[in-house]
Amino acid sequence: MVPIPSSGLCAVLLSLALGPMQCAAALAAELSAPSVAVLAGGCANCHGPDGLSSSAIPSLRGQDEARLRARMQDFRAGRAGDATVMTRLMKAYDEAQIVALARWFAAEARP
Amino acid sequence: MSGVSRRRALAGLAAGAAGLACPAVLRAGGAAARVVVVGGGFGGATAARWLKRWAPAVQVTLVEPAERFYTCPFSNLYLAGLRSWDSLGHGYDGLRAAGVEVIHARADDVDAAGRRLRLSTGQTLAWDRLVLSPGVDMRWDALDGYDEAAAQLAPHAWKAGPQTQLLRRQMEAMEDGGTFVMVIPDNPFRCPPGPYERAAMVAHYFSRHKPRSKILLLDAKDNFSKKPLFLQGWKALYGDMIEWVGLSDDGRVTRVDARRRQVETAFGQVHTAAVLNVIPPQKAGLIAERAGVVDASGWVPVKAESFETRQVAGIYALGDATLAAPMPKSAFVANTQGRLVAAALAAELTGTAAPDASFSNTCYSLIGPGYGISVAGVYRAEGGQIVEVPGSGGVSPADASAAFRAAEADYGEGWYGAICADIWGKGA
Ligand SMILES: Cc1cc2nc3c(=O)[nH]c(=O)nc-3n(C[C@H](O)[C@H](O)[C@H](O)COP(=O)(O)OP(=O)(O)OC[C@H]3O[C@@H](n4cnc5c(N)ncnc54)[C@H](O)[C@@H]3O)c2cc1C
Ligand code: HEC
Repeated sequence: MVPIPSSGLCAVLLSLALGPMQCAAALAAELSAPSVAVLAGGCANCHGPDGLSSSAIPSLRGQDEARLRARMQDFRAGRAGDATVMTRLMKAYDEAQIVALARWFAAEARP
Repeated sequence: MSGVSRRRALAGLAAGAAGLACPAVLRAGGAAARVVVVGGGFGGATAARWLKRWAPAVQVTLVEPAERFYTCPFSNLYLAGLRSWDSLGHGYDGLRAAGVEVIHARADDVDAAGRRLRLSTGQTLAWDRLVLSPGVDMRWDALDGYDEAAAQLAPHAWKAGPQTQLLRRQMEAMEDGGTFVMVIPDNPFRCPPGPYERAAMVAHYFSRHKPRSKILLLDAKDNFSKKPLFLQGWKALYGDMIEWVGLSDDGRVTRVDARRRQVETAFGQVHTAAVLNVIPPQKAGLIAERAGVVDASGWVPVKAESFETRQVAGIYALGDATLAAPMPKSAFVANTQGRLVAAALAAELTGTAAPDASFSNTCYSLIGPGYGISVAGVYRAEGGQIVEVPGSGGVSPADASAAFRAAEADYGEGWYGAICADIWGKGA
């Protein structure tokens, strides 16, 4: 399990073009590492242990963080033409959760 | 969560990941906390594996009688002839390698006050926290004429094992032109779309080998999971082979004569089957009763945030045994509950902040090769209740293309491989 360092998360939020003030505010409402671990557990159920898939379902582990985030945002907005189930699932996740999940799977490096 | 508690949580988990966690709960003599998990199925094996990973200093013991666990998921594909029996079995070497102590025995009794668990081997285990994921047991007294002996003639096949193999043998022995009758209970029961996927899988087998045969579904309710998609899929692949009769059309069965393979409905209609598959009403696995954690419904009420039981502090329950509506009783849900219980226990035993409780579900059903459908849902704890996240989830579109159905058939197979690898380990 890779804990999310606050500074890194802040950097992510900053990269989303939020100012430092918003960043601090967003951080206060951020998810704890165990909360993200539980959240990401439901993904492993399809995307494979730790997000490494050995089926037709794509792997998430080690993918570029910005791409993962953009894909999730597209699913949620109903903009992904190839989606079968992800649109239905992603509608349940807010921006902070999407940021945390993208970071989680991008960073995940356990064998 | 405040910044301070968040940092504490992070520190706790980081320490746990490095194997340095110092459990806040210590037994006399200073030994690390011991968590005993009963049931090595979808819920219990998940909880055991992830607790060990997130709090390595905690001693985790899993009690499960079977050396190989055969999954209900995909057992309908076995009935269809699309999957071998062996491919449904999973062993426990992966969990052992992950540091979980696995004991193959049945848990017979719980001493909640003394925090002891008695096993069928005579051994007694002491625990600081007990986790129960025993799945379901049949209510042998709920359907007139249907008891354990009757199940040897008219199998339920609602626990994967000899019952499933018996049902398959009966299908093989049946003559072409026979009627397969399935008796389906009212909610709540294990795997809401399961009976209807089974109907499709039996139809797949009949359409290849006994094309003049019929399938009659006698249902104690008027609505069921993914109903329009099932009706559409059955018709598309099997024509009129499957007939579904709901409660309003006298579908509720009140009496079973397993020897004659006959069932009688609430309004006295008698149906005779060539193969009779009776799925009776269910309740939490017996050990939950022994532990004193079930209520009058026969299921286990739990706290939404942690899945600690409402009746007994220190005892947690998850999976099919629990009252966790609006979540369905599915393997997917049991797996996400297992993660939550593991994280909640890791936090409690290492003195860090509890995780937010989130859960999810997707049940894929196969109508035929290359034709899959799904239902999805995402849930969270809110004010002590479990709620479905508004605006999310739902079923596959009614007007989906053939390519969409084919993709979902593939993804369903991907799901099965992923969840089994997540729980029992790759290739287990
Ligand atoms: C035909 C069918 C198809 C299904 N298909 C799907 C599907 O496609 N997708 C899906 O998500 N779900 C599916 N399910 C549902 C799924 O099987 C259950 O929801 C899931 O198994 C629940 O997990 P559990 O941990 O609660 O129980 P189980 O997985 O049944 O595990 C319980 C374990 O506890 C053990 N146990 C019980 N009592 C004791 C005791 N006293 N001592 C020690 N061990 C004990 C048992 O031996 C068992 O191994 C299906 C079910 C059926 C019947
Ligand atoms: C029920 C199975 C299932 C679950 C659960 C699931 N996914 Fe997916 N995921 C898929 C499938 C299938 C696709 C391919 C797109 C589609 O068909 O919807 C996909 C695609 C994706 C993609 C795009 C990957 C790429 O390379 O283009 C991302 C990102 C993703 N999922 C993230 C997640 C996250 C995060 C979660 C957990 C919150 C999750 N998924 C849970 C099945 C699932």
